[in-house]
Amino acid sequence: MSVQAPDRPLPGRPDHRRAAPAGESGLPRLLPPTASMATAEPRQLTNFAEHVRRHGLPRFRGAALIAQAGAAGLTGRGGAAFPTARKLAAVAAGGRPAVMVGNAAEGEPASSKDAALLWFAPHLVLDGLQIAAEAVGARQVYLYLPAHRDQAGPDLAGHLTDALASRAAAGTDRAAVDLVEAPPRFLAGEETAVVAAINGRAARPGNHGRRVFERGVAGRPTLVQNVETLAHLAVIARHGAGWFRGVGTSDEPGSALCTVRDPDGDVRVVETAIGTPLDRLVWLGDDVQAVLAGGYHGGWLATDIARQLSLSNADLRPAGSMLGAGVLVALPAAYCGLAESAHVARFLALESAGQCGPCFNGLPAIATALAAVARPRPARAELANLRRWAGLVTGRGGCHHPDGTIRFVATALEVFAGELAEHDRGRCTATKRDRFLPVPAAAGPAAAATETGWR
Amino acid sequence: MSQQTMRLRVNPIACSGHGSCAELLPEVITLDEWGYPLLAGDGAVPVGLAREARRVVTDCPALALALTADPASSAHAADSEGIQKKHRGPVEPGLAR
Repeated sequence: MSVQAPDRPLPGRPDHRRAAPAGESGLPRLLPPTASMATAEPRQLTNFAEHVRRHGLPRFRGAALIAQAGAAGLTGRGGAAFPTARKLAAVAAGGRPAVMVGNAAEGEPASSKDAALLWFAPHLVLDGLQIAAEAVGARQVYLYLPAHRDQAGPDLAGHLTDALASRAAAGTDRAAVDLVEAPPRFLAGEETAVVAAINGRAARPGNHGRRVFERGVAGRPTLVQNVETLAHLAVIARHGAGWFRGVGTSDEPGSALCTVRDPDGDVRVVETAIGTPLDRLVWLGDDVQAVLAGGYHGGWLATDIARQLSLSNADLRPAGSMLGAGVLVALPAAYCGLAESAHVARFLALESAGQCGPCFNGLPAIATALAAVARPRPARAELANLRRWAGLVTGRGGCHHPDGTIRFVATALEVFAGELAEHDRGRCTATKRDRFLPVPAAAGPAAAATETGWR
Repeated sequence: MSQQTMRLRVNPIACSGHGSCAELLPEVITLDEWGYPLLAGDGAVPVGLAREARRVVTDCPALALALTADPASSAHAADSEGIQKKHRGPVEPGLAR
């Protein structure tokens, strides 16, 4: 099977120059150096022998790997930042044959770091998948890939198939890896939704009240890890915990991949040390009115606040935002922050899995009210309704979708309070009417209304 | 704090908004404007209403309610992304009016 190079650059052109000045930190650790990336042929990237030449082979395996991951302080890079070693240990402790799943669903429209990682460093992810599976006693191994929604984008499944074939020739892997396609839905990467999808059900959150590490895929103890987490695990297995802690903060060690959207609309995937000042990662000039950190379940930050913060949960959470899966969007001043937020809130409402009453009733109501206050001269009741509904929905879903959506909407009302006042006076300060924040074109009532939309 | 409090919990995925729970135990359960249960005091069952609370659990047509003895148990601590996570927290700052 032949793999074509992407017709156009990946969404998220990798670029380390701004984030990690040469020699400072040994970054990038996961992605190839920027210079070699521009010329990298897909065949080179999928070649296992070349990968081993650059990275060597993992040293720490089994219980030693779990211990190193714990000492490294590695946390999940899918957004929840849960300690990886604790998940590994919980599944390993099951004592039954387990299932390993690498999660690259990346349903977040503003994120493309997992796709970039799989394209540029497929073997680090596959190394991590193998050694994690080995450490938890998993015989079945899955890699959950994003739906190929953008025909012009890279063929990740084909690319990974080539990488797997190259590994099979080397004969070092113990477990075969099954590729499974995630549906193009925002919540398809939620841990229990991943398990449901692999079990052949609709990719909705919920696991019949059971914990995935006890009963997940095929009823077996299941470890679901984001693919970036697996790649970090693969480099920790080579260099150890002390090396991993060589960058980052003591509470949040290591590096993270970020998808950065500059005010000119340029999208870059950047590998950076956690704790890097935000203004070194993304342009925060006077033409930027606000920064969205953490994606569509994250929170808005006013630019003057963002200039004082670094990329870490320790900085971002007290400010109402989060590191999440590393999304950073700089919203230009020319756009209406409320209209942008309403556009995203509508998307999030349509992406409800439709299972929990407060979510499937509340989010559309909230999105509609936010759309109303995003226009000049909204009715007085709209803002009051918005606040009441948000309070009513928080904490009442089976997954984090309502809470994440409320965080996004609540920070929008805070950060764009000035614009809200202008709308009350009957005017909107925006000069641009198109939309800056990306929302998949396929998302809409038709997709949400049908069962097939979830497959 | 030695006495165990019984607490009602709703499985929001199973709940289909029949509303019978709010009729049987209005002291703890009210319905939101869409007909889904809201639990007062994080579902704590007042002393003397244990029988009613058990009936609420058995009578729920969707079997969406459960009675637990110790709400503070961190049984779900390792379940980082799972649905059992306790979400209840303060209302977001922008909305706390």
